Amino acid sequence: MAEFLNFYFIPGLVLGSIYALGAIGISMTFGILRFANFAHGEIMTLGVYFAWSLVQLTGLHPLVVLPMAMVLTILVALLVDRGFYKPLRNAPVIMLVIASFGLMLMIRSAVQFFWGVQLKTVLPGIQFPWWLFDTIRILPKHVLIMGCAIVLMFGVHYLLAYTKIGKAMRAMSDSPELARLTGIDTEKVVMATWIVGAGLACAAGVFLAIDTQVETMMGFKLLLPMFAAAILGGIGRPYGAVAGGLIIGLAEELSAYPWITDAPLINPGYKAGVAFVIMVGMLIWRPTGLFKGRVF
Amino acid sequence: MAVLELQSVTGGYGDTQILHDVSMHVDANEIVVIIGPNGAGKSTAMKSVFGLLRLTSGSVVLDGETITNMPPEQVVRHGVCYVPQTANIFPTLSVEENLEMGAFVRNDDYRPRIREIYEMFPPLEEKRHQAAGTLSGGQRQMVAMGKALMLEPKILLLDEPTAGLSPKFRGEIFSIVKTIHAAGTPILMVEQNAKQALEIADRGYVLVDGKNRFEGTGSDLLSDPDVGEMFLGGRKASSSSSSDGGDHG
Repeated sequence: MAEFLNFYFIPGLVLGSIYALGAIGISMTFGILRFANFAHGEIMTLGVYFAWSLVQLTGLHPLVVLPMAMVLTILVALLVDRGFYKPLRNAPVIMLVIASFGLMLMIRSAVQFFWGVQLKTVLPGIQFPWWLFDTIRILPKHVLIMGCAIVLMFGVHYLLAYTKIGKAMRAMSDSPELARLTGIDTEKVVMATWIVGAGLACAAGVFLAIDTQVETMMGFKLLLPMFAAAILGGIGRPYGAVAGGLIIGLAEELSAYPWITDAPLINPGYKAGVAFVIMVGMLIWRPTGLFKGRVF
Repeated sequence: MAVLELQSVTGGYGDTQILHDVSMHVDANEIVVIIGPNGAGKSTAMKSVFGLLRLTSGSVVLDGETITNMPPEQVVRHGVCYVPQTANIFPTLSVEENLEMGAFVRNDDYRPRIREIYEMFPPLEEKRHQAAGTLSGGQRQMVAMGKALMLEPKILLLDEPTAGLSPKFRGEIFSIVKTIHAAGTPILMVEQNAKQALEIADRGYVLVDGKNRFEGTGSDLLSDPDVGEMFLGGRKASSSSSSDGGDHG
């Protein structure tokens, strides 16, 4: 039991919260701007490198510089929207998808050019775990990550449930056409979507960097599970994205637990495949996701 | 003076011309109904007010101000609210949130207006925190209209408000339309259920093939033998298909 909690369940929750934060942005962009944003992972990578540079400059803890890194990431996302997506706002969706694919490659190359491809860390040193009741072993960084993730999720919930712009985001995700007919300032909603999406992507990336390391492919590797989480929860459903992220994260980690024999149920090398299987299964049998999202 | 006037409007979507030289007007305190066969351009005529298609000639005048080809988000700010036939509510938002979105362009306190809307549509108050998508067809129409009324518009445009509703609900919708009108909002409405609509209308226009065919008071049109033969007697054929899909070119 202790082994299950310490080595599978808690890491699953940590990974799940990271996926959840990233998936909110994917789901909202998909719901509001109607396209699958392949550059989301790279925005995340960029955010991590901003945070790494800030840590190098200031010597502070990565979570302290996180707000600043989020602001920088948001600025880049808004500039990218202005330069690439806005001119294509009324173009066929496939053009936006291809544009985002191009941006993904461009941002990744830019990161590799400016920061190099060597592995880096944002939080050097080895952490000693805390023990609860002599059985549950938890790393301080995991507590921090989950704590910050919960704070951010409540922030998103407050925005979506209680503020005018947040409600307008949900409205536009329901029906962009009606939002326009209703007089909702759709450009403002689009801006808010990029702010929320890019900010959370940066945070999720930094949490992953704290948990593991910094590398230029990290955002891209997260793209598939984040899409899986967004589809599982229902496109355009931010609460669904959170649920989907936690489920995918847990499913990936728990798939390696020795459920039947002494060997892992599924070799941990195939973890990423678990997200993919869930995604394909949902698309076939329940494309609207758990929270009745949009089908394209 | 006319609140809204279409002056010899011609236009359509892309290269497809749907409206040819259509003229109509709505005066203060009027309910005006547009009827006609499927694909006659009824919904299109209404959408032309809302900047949803390109007009190549003619003009749309609201309260003396020309709003021809103005984009929808601007038309709303000028005091025209439009309730589309389908997808006219935000289904995952609560009833109250739908009304709040209706007031998006208002910067003043719209709470009193929400109270007025609940007084007009009492069933909505009970369900104010329920997702609008879970309501019955008739109540959804109430939400859609209530949302449009949040701006206290100069004129309300309704595109087939009874489409897809059972006869019982149809009557309910027409009485809601009368209530809104009685509260002082002029209404321009497209309807398939021509007879019932003309009964509550002050005036009506009959469009055929994107052109004005007949116009007159509601009772005149009801008793006109030509109109009767074309639409009222043949109501079964026209009301059996609720969608006006042919209009979309």
